Amino acid sequence: MPIREDVVVVGGGLAGSVAALAAAETGASVRLVSYKKSTLRFASGLVDVLGYPNSDGPVSNPYAALSSLPDDHPYSLVGEEAIRDGLSLFDEVTGDGYRGGHTDANALIPTYGGTVKPTARYPDAAAAGVASDARPMLVVGFRSLTEFDARLVSDHLSAAGVPFDVRGAELSFPKEFRADAKITRFAKALDADEEVRFAGRSVGAREALAETVKPRLKRAERVGFPSMLGDDRAAEVRADLESHLGADVFEIPMGPPSLPGLRLEDALFSALDDAGVRISSGNPVVDWVGDGGRIAAVHVDRNGARVPYHADEFVLATGGLVGKGIDSDRDGVREPIFDSYVPHSSDRYNWFDENAFGEHPFAKFGVVVDDEMRVLDGDGDRQFANLRAAGAVVGGADGAAEKSSSGISLATGVVAGRGAGASI
Amino acid sequence: MTDSPHVLVVGGGSTGTGIARDLAMRGLDVTLVERGNLTHGTTGRMHGLLHSGGRYAVSDQASATECIEENRVLRDIAAHCVEMTGGLFVQKPDDPDDYFQEKLDGCRECGIPAEELTADEAREIEPYLAKDIERAIKVPDGAIDPFRLCVANAASAQEYGARIETHAEVIDVLVESGEVVGVEVKHDSGPGKRVHRTPGSTEKIHADYVVNASGAWAGQIGEMAGVEVAVRPSKGVMTIMNTRQVDTVVNRCRPKGDADIIVPHETTAILGTTDEEVDDPDDYPEEQWEVDLMIDTLSELVPILKEARTIRSFWGVRPLYEPPGTGTTDPTDITRDFFLLDHDDRDDLPGMTSIVGGKFTTYRMMAEKISDHVCEQFGIDATCRTADEPLPGSEDFSVLRDYMDEFGLRSPIARRSVQRLGSRADEVLKTAEPNPVVCDCEAVTRAEIQDAIEQSGSDLNAVRIRTRASMGNCQGGFCCHRMANELYPEYGEPTAREALDELFQERWKGERHALWGEQLSQAMLNYALHATTMNRDGDPAATDEAVDFAAFDGGVVGVEESESGRSSATAADGGTVGDGQRGER
Repeated sequence: MPIREDVVVVGGGLAGSVAALAAAETGASVRLVSYKKSTLRFASGLVDVLGYPNSDGPVSNPYAALSSLPDDHPYSLVGEEAIRDGLSLFDEVTGDGYRGGHTDANALIPTYGGTVKPTARYPDAAAAGVASDARPMLVVGFRSLTEFDARLVSDHLSAAGVPFDVRGAELSFPKEFRADAKITRFAKALDADEEVRFAGRSVGAREALAETVKPRLKRAERVGFPSMLGDDRAAEVRADLESHLGADVFEIPMGPPSLPGLRLEDALFSALDDAGVRISSGNPVVDWVGDGGRIAAVHVDRNGARVPYHADEFVLATGGLVGKGIDSDRDGVREPIFDSYVPHSSDRYNWFDENAFGEHPFAKFGVVVDDEMRVLDGDGDRQFANLRAAGAVVGGADGAAEKSSSGISLATGVVAGRGAGASI
Repeated sequence: MTDSPHVLVVGGGSTGTGIARDLAMRGLDVTLVERGNLTHGTTGRMHGLLHSGGRYAVSDQASATECIEENRVLRDIAAHCVEMTGGLFVQKPDDPDDYFQEKLDGCRECGIPAEELTADEAREIEPYLAKDIERAIKVPDGAIDPFRLCVANAASAQEYGARIETHAEVIDVLVESGEVVGVEVKHDSGPGKRVHRTPGSTEKIHADYVVNASGAWAGQIGEMAGVEVAVRPSKGVMTIMNTRQVDTVVNRCRPKGDADIIVPHETTAILGTTDEEVDDPDDYPEEQWEVDLMIDTLSELVPILKEARTIRSFWGVRPLYEPPGTGTTDPTDITRDFFLLDHDDRDDLPGMTSIVGGKFTTYRMMAEKISDHVCEQFGIDATCRTADEPLPGSEDFSVLRDYMDEFGLRSPIARRSVQRLGSRADEVLKTAEPNPVVCDCEAVTRAEIQDAIEQSGSDLNAVRIRTRASMGNCQGGFCCHRMANELYPEYGEPTAREALDELFQERWKGERHALWGEQLSQAMLNYALHATTMNRDGDPAATDEAVDFAAFDGGVVGVEESESGRSSATAADGGTVGDGQRGER
């Protein structure tokens, strides 16, 4: 019996998940096919909509800045309503886990680089850290965590002009791990509240951690940690620390492996389950069959065997250069599954800027779409009657510079998923 | 301030540091000035080949003989900088038989151990060699870390009392009454270790004698003294692969040509090179065709290079020199021999000698000869000891001990640290503090980073060349900012930030020549981590414009937080309630 669905979504990151949910909401049967772990483990877990349009910013209201974007920008194609729809779907999925929905204004969230950055939605775990809050702050780091020096982060925040007093303290975690233990090891100890020896007695890791921090608290009313405060039981860990410390506790998003990113991935996948989306993960889509005008099925490679997944509508949400939805070699840039058109200079020395943070054309590499997210060919015509794209595989925006990557995934995901579902 | 040194050496490459060490060991008071880091010029931009001499065994037998002699010396005195990989000269079907035989004979004439191998025997050593290779000659080529070597030379010179001044650019050569009496330098951030964001100063350093060992820049120093030194800078590209596709140095066995050598180097393999004359050693095009040529031509020898991941490319400038009137047009024909230009004899300008030409493998011998010459000027009769006395790090270092238990390091990390540090391992790695890994790609721990910061100040590029941190697959995407963290609290936040920006930009510079495939994905990930996650490109601390914090979300208003029973007290307009009104919790 062939595998058949109304809609097949290729890709299991933020855009693919949202596209699948949006398609499912229309009543279509949906299957999500993903290959490797999604790039959410690299992502901070913050959901940015727009912070620096055209290199200006940070802007407090992302919607007010939309009109300044170029016509071929994904936001210009889908429009403000789609962005709002994407966010409200996101809010439904994440529930209490995320904040920011009470206002159109961006929040400024401290980063582990010591800066603050504008974002539209932030994990509940990060909420007490917002920079437009005058309460004095203590930032805590651990001597063995090389990616985060709390004193440097706090000095950097002061240099950024934050409107509150901030101090940093580098401490020893009350349980000794190997010198190069990863963030996830700390999280596990706190999740399980592992017993540790502290001040001559045996106590849980959470209490011991709070007692370690307490002498440094002084007048601080909120305490920031690198995001390592538990994984499965993060809210409980934070609440325990807050009650021991008598201060709000928050996490500062970190680089990979990013616990907020992984927690978001869990939330998305459980929403997909609830919505009845079937998930096939672990194998790549490598090819397609059809008559040229329409795709009949995509082929998933399972140990060399090609398994066809049939559908009426397809959504391509395979990610950009990081997720390998866009591939390249010395001769050119391409979209590897459907060989969709990806505009780029034939001279690869025009793909980048000399400056590390310059305007990099490679950051905008991706397929071209119309306002319904249908994939277009080099002549501006629909490549297939039934292929849409969403997320970082769509070109035309430098999401890293604009701080717009997640918002683009949500907005294009909703439009592509809803469109695919509605076409059945 | 300080006493005038006897000798002032201009140039902190292999030759300059070699001279400084040699003269200091002979009891002279030496100051070395370098405008950038140690190895900033040509030395830091070579492929790391320790020549057996095989390369010159046909065209230049004098050089070949010197190479094999120095090859043996360096294995001995710089053991912690050298990996004896062995080398192969490989013949492809269209490479001439005559030349193969001349190479074999030439090696033997020069005292280079050389053995002819069949194609099967060669492939047994290097399984990835092309199927159509016909035979090979095996020679004792090796790989050498030019950074580690230079740093060790400078450290040794310091131990013997020399002053090593990096980030000190010569802005004038002081000439009084027709004699060179010293130089004027501009300190990037004041004398001593470099500190970012500290104002610089100039200093006139008077010396009894000046040695111009600035390589491709020797002409510019000559000009400041009013003499002509006609160096012919010639650029060459090197492309770094992310793994060692070969464990042996692989050379193409044909008369001459671009793209004919692959050198395994630490975790990478380096493809080289081109040879093209340029006008200005500081400003020359770095071109796509050169990188393509490396990959396309060398994959004829090792086909998997065509599909392999390239992590960056860099260019070096050879300080070629030929005596006036020779008139060679092709830079590949210019001799690799070195020349000692005594400006008293040559230009009636006493007090200065320039050294030009030459090659890295024989740096010590060049240093010995020029040191002999300098000693002669002073009427000092002191013997050179640099061929016998090991460099710091290579003393009494015979076995890799089990450092795993001793220093709490995982064994592969400990092995790499100990290999890099040699006999300094004890001194550097013994620490009471936790010693986590800072650079995962190259397995560099905090103790090594701290040791390097102690040596070189807030200059993270100098830390990089001492430790290899940020030189692996991710090209610093994951570790640059960790390295900057290590500067704190000795250096403040602005200094750490500036040092990070400088290193990140330097890493980007070479990586952009490899932006396709895996490395383009990596570059995008690095960009996303630093721009999206950290917002380093939009950092409010780096801009003059103040952020209007009150215009942004101040948190959820009036929501009871059930788990803790407290409520947020943020004002509705995003502004906040001041400290005084809140009291202590």
